[in-house]
Amino acid sequence: MTTVTSPSPIISMRGVTKRFGEFSALKSIDLDVAPGEVVVLLGPSGSGKSTLIRCINLLETYDEGDVVVDGIRVEEGRNLRQVREEVGMVFQAFNLFPNLTVRDNVALGPVRVRGLSWQAAREKAQALLARVGIGEQAEKYPIQLSGGQQQRVGIARALAMEPRILLFDEPTSALDPEMVGEVLDVIRTLAGTGTTMLLVTHEMGFARKVADRIVFMEAGEIKEIASPDRFFTEPSSERARAFLDAVLNH
Amino acid sequence: MDLVTTFFNWPIFVRSLPLLLDGLWRTIALGFLSIVLGLAGGLMLALGRMYGPRFLKAVIIAYVDVFRALPVLVWLVIVYYALPFVGISLSPFASAAFALTTVSSAYTAEIYRAGIDAIPRGQFEAAQAIGLSAFDLMRDVVLPQAIRIVIPPLTNNSINVMKDTALASVVAMPDLLKQATQAQALAANPTPLIGAAFLYLLLLLPLVRLVAIFEKRLGRSGRR
Repeated sequence: MTTVTSPSPIISMRGVTKRFGEFSALKSIDLDVAPGEVVVLLGPSGSGKSTLIRCINLLETYDEGDVVVDGIRVEEGRNLRQVREEVGMVFQAFNLFPNLTVRDNVALGPVRVRGLSWQAAREKAQALLARVGIGEQAEKYPIQLSGGQQQRVGIARALAMEPRILLFDEPTSALDPEMVGEVLDVIRTLAGTGTTMLLVTHEMGFARKVADRIVFMEAGEIKEIASPDRFFTEPSSERARAFLDAVLNH
Repeated sequence: MDLVTTFFNWPIFVRSLPLLLDGLWRTIALGFLSIVLGLAGGLMLALGRMYGPRFLKAVIIAYVDVFRALPVLVWLVIVYYALPFVGISLSPFASAAFALTTVSSAYTAEIYRAGIDAIPRGQFEAAQAIGLSAFDLMRDVVLPQAIRIVIPPLTNNSINVMKDTALASVVAMPDLLKQATQAQALAANPTPLIGAAFLYLLLLLPLVRLVAIFEKRLGRSGRR
């Protein structure tokens, strides 16, 4: 399919293939992402969107091809931590650490990975929590928070590492409908701040507003890459048209 | 002789009490040492089995299987009576501590492993995604959560180790049971044995209760 190349991509995927036994989750994926770009991945469930972004920080290993982040090949070994320091991730199920306060959830990475003191890291965490609108919840434990609040902690935790790349794996899919907005609002403020973002979501309106490019996937392949306006008004692939018909007209 | 003068003979009990307390102290020391070493050893074994190289995993699996299958008493007798033939002579206390620790480690290793296995994959992924090292991941995220899960079974295991210290009397260690049988022979009356039984209960019943409380509390938080 189409490969969009930019002068110096921060993420470069070439021929990335991933199999789960007989099933091919990713079939020779080629994708370049430019620094600061916001890319939204759309497609039906099981099309490989999550698997694709999980290959970028090697939460999922890939069987063939290359994933290169900021000039470093993503693979097991010495360089992997360097990659992960640059790549933040927000999970569908939040995955907050239940044994730590909200503040320490955010401060842990900076302390252990960046070498900050606990005091400095907690001050930073407090500022980030305020930025995502839950500064007053810092002393609580994750279980005491609503889903929307927990996901905002998840975002603050990723931001604390000052990553150059942020991966969002269906960040609002586990939320009650009334909490989706507050999380999307936070994500929207991050777009355009220079952080490269890859987002897997089913929120079509949000995708259209926030994305620089839409990547449409099906059955482990990229079927179409287009600007949001183009994708939502006149998608070039039949598959994308069928998908949009299904999700927009129900 | 009636029941009371036979089994609950107060003067004999009082006379044998210093001997019993001397044994009790040694029982506690042996039990405590074996429990602590077993807890530490088991954690090492569990981590080695889960994250070590393949060869180490195989060795640890064999170790755990052997020591869960081998009767403690048989192992203790081997350590005390057989090892001297290859030049390793341990005191009764050291033999017992070694035998109990090696066996306890095998059991605690399995408990830790189950506890770590119970931590959701997402916790590992979140920790890896922020770049934590394997060590920090364990120390800050996984073990603090796993410990809560394994405290009841570990306490249970500790009770078993404390009870198994009585086996040390077989290798002539003057523990509580040994001192009690000694006192019984001296007084030609079984009261010291009954006294020893009471001291064991005094030591272990609170722990048994504690496990029940832990399990109840964990069950409740599990339902939440």
